[in-house]
Amino acid sequence: MSSASEQVDIRSTLRLWGASPVIVLCIGWLLAMILIAIFADLLAPIHYTTQDLTARFRPPAFMTGGSADHLLGTDHLGRDVLSRMIYALRTSILIATLGTLIGAVMGTLMGLAAARFRGIVDMVAMMLCDVQTALPSLFIAIAFLAFFGNNIVLFIILVSFEGWERYARLARGLVLSEQTADYIRAVEAFGAGTGRVVFQHLLPNIAASLVVQATLNFPGTILLETSLSFLGLGVQPPDTSLGLMLGEGRRYLLNAWWIAVLPGIIIFLTTLAMSLFGDWLRDRLDPTINKEG
Amino acid sequence: MKMSSLKAIGFRAVRSLVTLLLCVTLVFVILRAAGDPSEELLPPETPPDIRQEYRVQWGLDRPIVVQYLNFLSRVARGDLGESFASDLPATELVMRAIPKTILLGGSAFLLATLIGMSLGVTAALRHGTAVDRSLIAAAVLGYSMPVFFLGILLILVFALQLRVLPSSGSSSPVHLILPTITLALPLAGRVARFARTATLEVMGKPFIRTARAKGLGQLAVILGHALPNAMVPLLMFFGIEIGLILSGAVVTETIFAWPGLGRLLVDSVNMRDLPVVQAVILMITLIIVLSNLFVDILHALLDPKVSLARTLGGAG
Repeated sequence: MSSASEQVDIRSTLRLWGASPVIVLCIGWLLAMILIAIFADLLAPIHYTTQDLTARFRPPAFMTGGSADHLLGTDHLGRDVLSRMIYALRTSILIATLGTLIGAVMGTLMGLAAARFRGIVDMVAMMLCDVQTALPSLFIAIAFLAFFGNNIVLFIILVSFEGWERYARLARGLVLSEQTADYIRAVEAFGAGTGRVVFQHLLPNIAASLVVQATLNFPGTILLETSLSFLGLGVQPPDTSLGLMLGEGRRYLLNAWWIAVLPGIIIFLTTLAMSLFGDWLRDRLDPTINKEG
Repeated sequence: MKMSSLKAIGFRAVRSLVTLLLCVTLVFVILRAAGDPSEELLPPETPPDIRQEYRVQWGLDRPIVVQYLNFLSRVARGDLGESFASDLPATELVMRAIPKTILLGGSAFLLATLIGMSLGVTAALRHGTAVDRSLIAAAVLGYSMPVFFLGILLILVFALQLRVLPSSGSSSPVHLILPTITLALPLAGRVARFARTATLEVMGKPFIRTARAKGLGQLAVILGHALPNAMVPLLMFFGIEIGLILSGAVVTETIFAWPGLGRLLVDSVNMRDLPVVQAVILMITLIIVLSNLFVDILHALLDPKVSLARTLGGAG
């Protein structure tokens, strides 16, 4: 198994050098965002909650009236926009990553269980998938947040709802088509239990497709988090997220457009880079996923 | 109509009903898991005796199964309690907001189809050229653009800098312009991408080559042969998009103070006006499930290849 994954690694690394400049740019941008999020404490010039009411609405350094003290200006409470963006990026990436992981694991497990046990388990799993398809995750999240009130754990779980049913359908479909294959029958004939068959033999074979799905799903997860935070239903002050910054900055567009627009550019570029990277990865790793999927 | 498509339609209808029932059940479960509905669904300042009366009226003192059936029958009758904020029935507030959302969603839908289809078909016809590549790039930019960011940029440019368009309200047709563009552009990007793939697929088919061989012009081939055949996949695509349009409407309506379902939902959540939240969520579920059913029925009618077996296969 380890040699197989090494092979995939080497292959994809080799192809990386054959990737178009746009893809290299996307990967570079995503790596930069991840590094900034990890090293937020070292990179942020000022703490993101530090207020300076004598320096409210300072424009970015590149505009007239701006200064090098606040490279990207300050907001309505005189907080440094650059520092806030760095921390907001950390929060947004952390929530989206956790959400994607939880959604991928839960969805995959449900799909595996549905395909393996069939019958009632399959029926219930597919019904839940239908509900998720009928109700976009934004509405499910809003319903839960309205009735249960906001807290960060609940919020991360709700964000993980984005697209879980796609992993479930994918895993279920792939396992259904794989489990009649000769090698699985052989393993079963040797007396391997369900757990062993699923996790040692089926899962590695569908891992590439699942990774591609997770990559394609990530922009949707970021957008769900930022949309909810933008509406004031997600991350709550004093914490901050890119969406929340936009939501707060929206009120000061006329005098201080940078408070809202700069985080917006970061969200846009990050989702864009991730979409392009995901498309590219899918074409490279997994020709079986439908192009419009 | 063939028996098989009737069966397919019947199957889809049952499936939609089941989905709807599951969504209503989900709302019931959320409501009960969150605590005593007489605490949640009545204004905080309600005196205890009224609360008790409410409990009896809604059967909250009875077993959970009875409560569930009670809830179902109330939902079926459209009786979802009164808004705390306005003393109006929640259903009435929802009914008032629906036309506004249909107006916004409908015009965005039309605009997106117009832009997306023409760009997508153009790209497919210029397949592999610089035109194709730049149109794909434009489409990717379009659908990666977060709705809330696009809305803010449009307000900044057209309402605050150029001062040519209003940024909030719904009092005149001019107010519709910015929200429509906000909701339509990301959708147009997805339509363009989809239309391109669908056109490319159809254009490779033998009947198109025959049509060309007959000497038909480009336009006649596209309008007469390619588009009608691309309708079915497009229809399926739009069925899926309805949920996304409604999600986008929540954000768009909030930004532009457009008094539709989305804004009602966000306002009600902020005021913890839970009967209204519940009514909006149920209404949105109903809209999505019904539109999907409608798309499925059209699909079964338009495409003779759709049989029950295929519909069942599609379930997986």
